[in-house]
Amino acid sequence: MGRKLDPTNNVKRGPGKKARKQQGAETELAKFLTEEETGPKRLSSRGRKRAAKRIQKSAEVTEKQPKKGFTDENSKWLKPAKRKRKVDEPENEDDSDERWEEEDDEEEEEQELLQKKKDQGKKKSGKVAEKQVEEEEEEEEDDEEEEEEEEEEEEEEDDDDDEMVDDYGTADDGDEEAAEEGEEEDSDGEDLLPIERAAKKDKKLKEALDLESDEDDEDDEDDEEEQKSDAEMDEDDTIQTNTDEGERFRLPGAEESEMEGVTPLDLKSIHQRIKDNIDVLCNFSSKREPGKDRSEYIGLLKKDLCTYYSYNSFLMEKFMDLFPLSELVDFLEANEIHRPVTIRTNTLKTRRRDLAQALINRGVNLDPLGKWSKVGLVIYDSSVPIGATPEYLAGQYMLQGASSFLPVMALSPQEGELVLDMSSAPGGKTTYIAQLMRNTGVIVANDANADRLKSVVGNIHRLGVTNTVVSNYDGRQFPKVMGGFDRVLLDAPCSGTGVIAKDPAVKTSKDEADIRRSAHLQKELILAAIDSVNAESSTGGYLVYCTCSITVEENECVVDYALKKRNVKLVPTGLDFGTEGFTRFRERKFHPSLKLSRRFYPHSHNMDGFFVAKLKKFSNVIPTAAAGKDDATEAPEETAALNPPEEKPTQSNKTKKTEAKEAKNSPQKTNGTANIKTKGKKDSGTGPKKAKLDGETVKESEKPAEKKTLQKTTRLEKKKGKTATKAKNRMGKNKFKKLKHMLTKHDRE
Amino acid sequence: MRPLTEEETKTMFEKLSKYIGENIKLLVDRPDGTYCFRLHNDRVYYMSEKILKLATNISRDKLISVGTCFGKFTKTKKFRLHITALDFLAPYAKGFGVAAKTTQECRRVDPMSIVVFHQADVGEFIRSEDTLT
Repeated sequence: MGRKLDPTNNVKRGPGKKARKQQGAETELAKFLTEEETGPKRLSSRGRKRAAKRIQKSAEVTEKQPKKGFTDENSKWLKPAKRKRKVDEPENEDDSDERWEEEDDEEEEEQELLQKKKDQGKKKSGKVAEKQVEEEEEEEEDDEEEEEEEEEEEEEEDDDDDEMVDDYGTADDGDEEAAEEGEEEDSDGEDLLPIERAAKKDKKLKEALDLESDEDDEDDEDDEEEQKSDAEMDEDDTIQTNTDEGERFRLPGAEESEMEGVTPLDLKSIHQRIKDNIDVLCNFSSKREPGKDRSEYIGLLKKDLCTYYSYNSFLMEKFMDLFPLSELVDFLEANEIHRPVTIRTNTLKTRRRDLAQALINRGVNLDPLGKWSKVGLVIYDSSVPIGATPEYLAGQYMLQGASSFLPVMALSPQEGELVLDMSSAPGGKTTYIAQLMRNTGVIVANDANADRLKSVVGNIHRLGVTNTVVSNYDGRQFPKVMGGFDRVLLDAPCSGTGVIAKDPAVKTSKDEADIRRSAHLQKELILAAIDSVNAESSTGGYLVYCTCSITVEENECVVDYALKKRNVKLVPTGLDFGTEGFTRFRERKFHPSLKLSRRFYPHSHNMDGFFVAKLKKFSNVIPTAAAGKDDATEAPEETAALNPPEEKPTQSNKTKKTEAKEAKNSPQKTNGTANIKTKGKKDSGTGPKKAKLDGETVKESEKPAEKKTLQKTTRLEKKKGKTATKAKNRMGKNKFKKLKHMLTKHDRE
Repeated sequence: MRPLTEEETKTMFEKLSKYIGENIKLLVDRPDGTYCFRLHNDRVYYMSEKILKLATNISRDKLISVGTCFGKFTKTKKFRLHITALDFLAPYAKGFGVAAKTTQECRRVDPMSIVVFHQADVGEFIRSEDTLT
């Protein structure tokens, strides 16, 4: 606030904006002050005395810390550990201390836990006063702490002066402590009974052990911090020893792993171990344990991540492949929390400005979504349910995730177009398309699931969309139903690895088979979608493929498959933010244009995981499977010759026959051309035989080749003339022999 | 999907005219094209002719909805108007005069009487989502 709080000074509030806005520090603080009433308490006379003593003692403590023992005659019964604070009231302390010492044995075990966690120095400063307070009234707030401290006081009798030196008590090693305490004890041993001495020693040993081991922190956080700060101070003091000791991250041995399987999970330590592990892996050469290789660290990390975030091993493997370690934890954390709620203004009925105003009046806290969207609003919090406002029922907006805006923006449908939405439920994208088209043109909203189509119909009617036809087909059959669309949107069903925040069941339920099944279905769907697009469309010819998954198998692989199988190419999506798609991933390489596709992640873009790719179809021709019969080695004339022979199957058999007859009848005259043709035919017809033929034709002279070609042609023609023409095309045995005979004669000549 | 029969058309237009009077013509002959009513699964859909052409490609059992649903014919062939028709009727609506007893009076009424006052219920979009089609 910057202004000193002066409650007595009533600031006059003048005209102007600021005076209205800022009511003054006083009113702001008034909200808090009511809670903190305990500040200046009214003390009784005793209380005041005690407070004075407190101040005195703290002053004395600072003075007397360096002293270890007392040199005056009180050294016998004044024990330095206690007495430093309690000089002014030796009597009370004496009695009380001795009393409490007797109780030591009984209370030992209870208090040890508390002991470790508490800062002993801190307690000591408050000890005296608190003691007094406890005895009489309990004015302090933290009663629990007091009681604990009470009990612990006698335990800490033997605590070091060293600890009193630093308020944060450097507990270097339990051993040192114990030793020092032992020394002190011996010097003060007179007052303690032997059994009490032994008990104290035991306590010290236990302390030392406990401090070194890891334990859950169930008590005050202060103690945690202090312990950590203890550790830090240790590190500062003894850096060299740290590198040698177990301070550095070490992989647990086999026994420890087994232990972990049996003992109840300790999430905090697992979390710490994850952090340490990542730290080691990032600076592997410097921080590794010699003898342990990278895979061991990674194996442990994977196991820990699976336990901590509840994933199954398969998914965790996938994510570890996708993200570098630094991003991996961010991504996993982002999956634990929900993305902000976003809504889309329905521009058919209202404007964003007006809608925002109306919702604010209802008590909704919102903001525009970002500069990339003119219709999106993000809801921070709301006093009314967002899905039930009158504005919602009147169809002025739609609850929609921010990532779902993207594919429609990429599609950018124009007015008057024919658009297909192949997988439209629950209808958010369909209605967005409709509002971009201003209710012109026609949209076909399809979905394979009839139940989910009800929500599509509901949303369409609610938002006032009039140009839509809703159908219930399996997307793969759509080309048969109708085609020739200007634009197609395919939001393919997927494994949902990008929306784990919405559906945590994905973490454990998805495995290799699921991903493969999804990918297979997506490949079929994308081919059907491509076949539904009309490449000759004057305004379009575009397909947008998107999924809410982040795995490569369902995204880049599917698009790459489509690029190979159809006459499509990738074009820029028009979205200027987002990560580029992969052009290669591990052992797979994709078409370089894949970098025009976009990936979105929850941890980097604060929206659900998403993938968007925009394809343009440039030809309606479907590349046939004949591409599999490679004619790469053939000369162009043969390929040219190929075309007529290829077309022959479509023609009537007669023409084939006549050609074949021609080839037969004029073996000598038109050998050259016929041979080429027949060769061509041959090649197109008989794949596996081709190699043989080629070899043969290359090696031998033409005439035997002719023979063979003739032979082959007959065989070929048999193949092509599938039905009754076979008999006619065939040469009779005798005739054939004659011909052969003739040719051999020719050869010899 | 089939065009409405004479009877069905009559019933429906009668219902509509209660709200918009003679302006039914305006619904059919619009500046941006001709619109028509078609019947599919006992429901009346209102759509432009362009959509009609495309919708004929879709087989009857796979077609869920076309354009806007105005309402449906009940089993006894009465026509019930749905909330989804609101947007189209509103511009042509005749001034409504509704006479009703006040809520105060409704409180004082005897225990056996029924109080119903239903004009238009925007909540139907969500509540009756399953029955919109």
